[in-house]
Amino acid sequence: MDSCYAIELRNITKRFGEVVANRDISIGLKRGQILSLLGENGSGKTTLMNMLAGIYLPDEGQILADGEPISIRSPKDSFRYGIGMIHQHYKLVDVFTAAQNIVLGLNEGGLNIKETNTRVQEICDRYGFDIDPAKKVYDMSVSEKQTVEIIKVLYRGAEILILDEPTAVLTPQETQKLFAILRNMRDDNKAIVIITHKLNEVLELSDEVAVLRKGTYIGTVKTAETTAQALTDMMVGHAVALNIDRPFNQNQTERLTLKNVTCYDHEQVKKLDNVTFTVNGGEILGVAGIAGSGQKELLESIAGLYPVAEGSIEYTPPEGDVKNLVGMSPTQIHKAGVALAFVPEDRLGMGLVGSMGMTGNMMLRSWKNGFGPFVDRKGPQELANFIWNDLEVVTPSTEFPVRRMSGGNVQKVLVGREIASHPSVLMSAYPVRGLDINTSYAIYNLMTEQKMNGVAVLFVGEDLDVLLELCDRILVLCGGKVSGIVDARTATKDQIGLLMTSVGGKEEA
Amino acid sequence: MGEKTKTPLIRLAKRDGLNPSAAWGIRLASILVALLLGSLVILITGNNPFEAYGIIVNGALGSEVFVRQTIKNAIPLLGCAIAIAPCFKMRFWNIGAEGQITAGALAATFIMRQMVGKVPSVVLLLAMGLAAAIGGGIWGLIPAFFKAKWNTNETLFTLMMNYIIIGVVSWLQIGPWTANQGRMAQFDEAACLPKVMNIHCGWIIVLVLVVFMFIYMKYSKHGYEISVIGDSENTARYAGMNVGYIMMRTMFLSGAICGIVGFIVASGANNTLSAEVANGVGFTSITVAWLSQLNPFVMIAISMMLAVLEKGTSSLNTWLAVPASVSDIIIGLLLFCMLGCEFFINYKLIFRSSHNGKEGEAK
Repeated sequence: MDSCYAIELRNITKRFGEVVANRDISIGLKRGQILSLLGENGSGKTTLMNMLAGIYLPDEGQILADGEPISIRSPKDSFRYGIGMIHQHYKLVDVFTAAQNIVLGLNEGGLNIKETNTRVQEICDRYGFDIDPAKKVYDMSVSEKQTVEIIKVLYRGAEILILDEPTAVLTPQETQKLFAILRNMRDDNKAIVIITHKLNEVLELSDEVAVLRKGTYIGTVKTAETTAQALTDMMVGHAVALNIDRPFNQNQTERLTLKNVTCYDHEQVKKLDNVTFTVNGGEILGVAGIAGSGQKELLESIAGLYPVAEGSIEYTPPEGDVKNLVGMSPTQIHKAGVALAFVPEDRLGMGLVGSMGMTGNMMLRSWKNGFGPFVDRKGPQELANFIWNDLEVVTPSTEFPVRRMSGGNVQKVLVGREIASHPSVLMSAYPVRGLDINTSYAIYNLMTEQKMNGVAVLFVGEDLDVLLELCDRILVLCGGKVSGIVDARTATKDQIGLLMTSVGGKEEA
Repeated sequence: MGEKTKTPLIRLAKRDGLNPSAAWGIRLASILVALLLGSLVILITGNNPFEAYGIIVNGALGSEVFVRQTIKNAIPLLGCAIAIAPCFKMRFWNIGAEGQITAGALAATFIMRQMVGKVPSVVLLLAMGLAAAIGGGIWGLIPAFFKAKWNTNETLFTLMMNYIIIGVVSWLQIGPWTANQGRMAQFDEAACLPKVMNIHCGWIIVLVLVVFMFIYMKYSKHGYEISVIGDSENTARYAGMNVGYIMMRTMFLSGAICGIVGFIVASGANNTLSAEVANGVGFTSITVAWLSQLNPFVMIAISMMLAVLEKGTSSLNTWLAVPASVSDIIIGLLLFCMLGCEFFINYKLIFRSSHNGKEGEAK
């Protein structure tokens, strides 16, 4: 039964309300093969795999295991058929050790630590993992947590492994280590699926690539017989230039200078450690780093939303005196005449009001301006209409709740509003996360346009390729420290990757 | 694979915004279902459901006296639902309306005892109303202050505040302020709300409050702040709003309106103060507020409906000689169905289609 697929999906359709997340998709997974499931964000990759993991049920179509029709109604069923999925957001218990997490939920009649450890060790030796079974999850790095997740499904006897965006939070070095492990597993005759939208990883790792576009199955190709350009065309439907236009603004002036800024969270853990840098009007300063290295705290402390324990944040306006923003609330910063625009990472939870329409969300910047106790809706209404047309936001009306818009449109509303406030500093955190390629480029262009207008742009990103093409300089954060600032025109990915880990940081210091 | 697993018989899927007319259709259907279930209960007691429902309607609206009593019952329900609406919009779970009503009535009574006979009736009533608003407002402000300062749980806090103030009034009632055998004296005529169309003028006050609250929530800066906080506190902070201050301000307003309701009940309906002045209104009004989707104008209809039920079912036991609990069961069924139907407005059920099943077997 060599030709038989380990798992086969036949004509799978899944709808969420009006939205068709997967339309009539048929894909087969073979043993001893790494399959990449490629597609832009929102193309339905995760939804499709969640049906194998027992999280969703298909509305139509069939799943076959070794040629037998099966129905996966729960994650438990999924395990029974030897399917293990490693989700993008890890599902581990923080206060448990690696070993405790691995056996969690298994009904083996009591916990035998010694036996568990032996079995975990066996799995580690077999595939090249490196983990201490007694280490608590809260002490682990992201990469270690991922390792625990993978061992967890192997321990349960998974023959089919699905990894959702496994490299999103890893450094380039950690990524290489993971790839080596995945190759070992393939050689051990396991069927492996990685969900990704990164072309270079697809080309490097997988044997076959299945491409989804907007919920539809486009086709499967052998990796050896394809190119990055061909895959991009399949993914987006038409050829897209992969270059981001990067003009140089000659008139750069100092705009925002942070000196020795240190922040603590409410548990007194240092989140920013002695951060010093300057961002100029007329440049895009990229901020790179592994997720959770202080990016959020950095932007929020500038915006007056995060308490700064030590140091100064000096704002030099195009005309006028230098002001120190430390200790000011967002309202005070605004009143001091500092035009600060902020596109936060959590769009609906921080930047927008999900239950309101575009107009209500425009008011978020201008709600104080109305006459007496009443709000002014006219100005925001006009602004909403302008953004609706100018940025081609897809929505039935300016009163339609933004929560129900697609991710790209939500982001257009947010970025549009922030840019409309005529900022002199524009901060954005992961502004293209979850957006399709066209919208992403629209956002890049808006950022560049602002830069050419003399705005100081701070761009926190996760895709190093984009940072290297878009920014003028890149600041790398590691554990709340600035581990280096590099020229984006000359730096390489490896260089930034090294700075993202503490090793690189120490070398720089 | 020994036994084949099948898709479950019923699955749930979230609806993506049902159109309003369909939503109201479901709500109406839920009332019909409740009436049908209620008929079963009445049948079990050996009575004719049609006759029973007739008695309910008749008992609440059959004569002018009945109508007046029903409206009297609806006034505090409506006033209190309006009071808690901004809190609920803000997702601040104020279940202390009961205590805020009592605190308002207490403050009004206190002022009445100080000023009665010394000033004209209008001045006295205005002073009592103002005192009630401040008293109720402070009672609402305290839990909001603790929530803003130390992030205490407002649900427990507001609930506990009820028992404190009710205890205080019980003590005054049998202690310092007692008139005869644990009762307080009736209010002086000057301290009673005048009647308009034979009902105390509290109905005018609450109708004014309805309009005020509608405008406040929809067109004021405060209303906007409340909506933003209710959606996401982080967004509110991002927009430069002082979340703690807004919470305290809103709770003061909510408590103040509850306090005015307390004043209306004590001065207009009961003409005295007792520990039972709130009489569960603070809790029932939560139902009114939710059923109305926090819309003040819809609250008028819902509070009237509940008042009709309350008044009407109470005549059931006298006319049909059924136990009093039967009326409670009918009200309970209605509320259960009406609140429960929101589930069907937000979710739809998908039944396993026979088509899929056959396809599975054919393979």
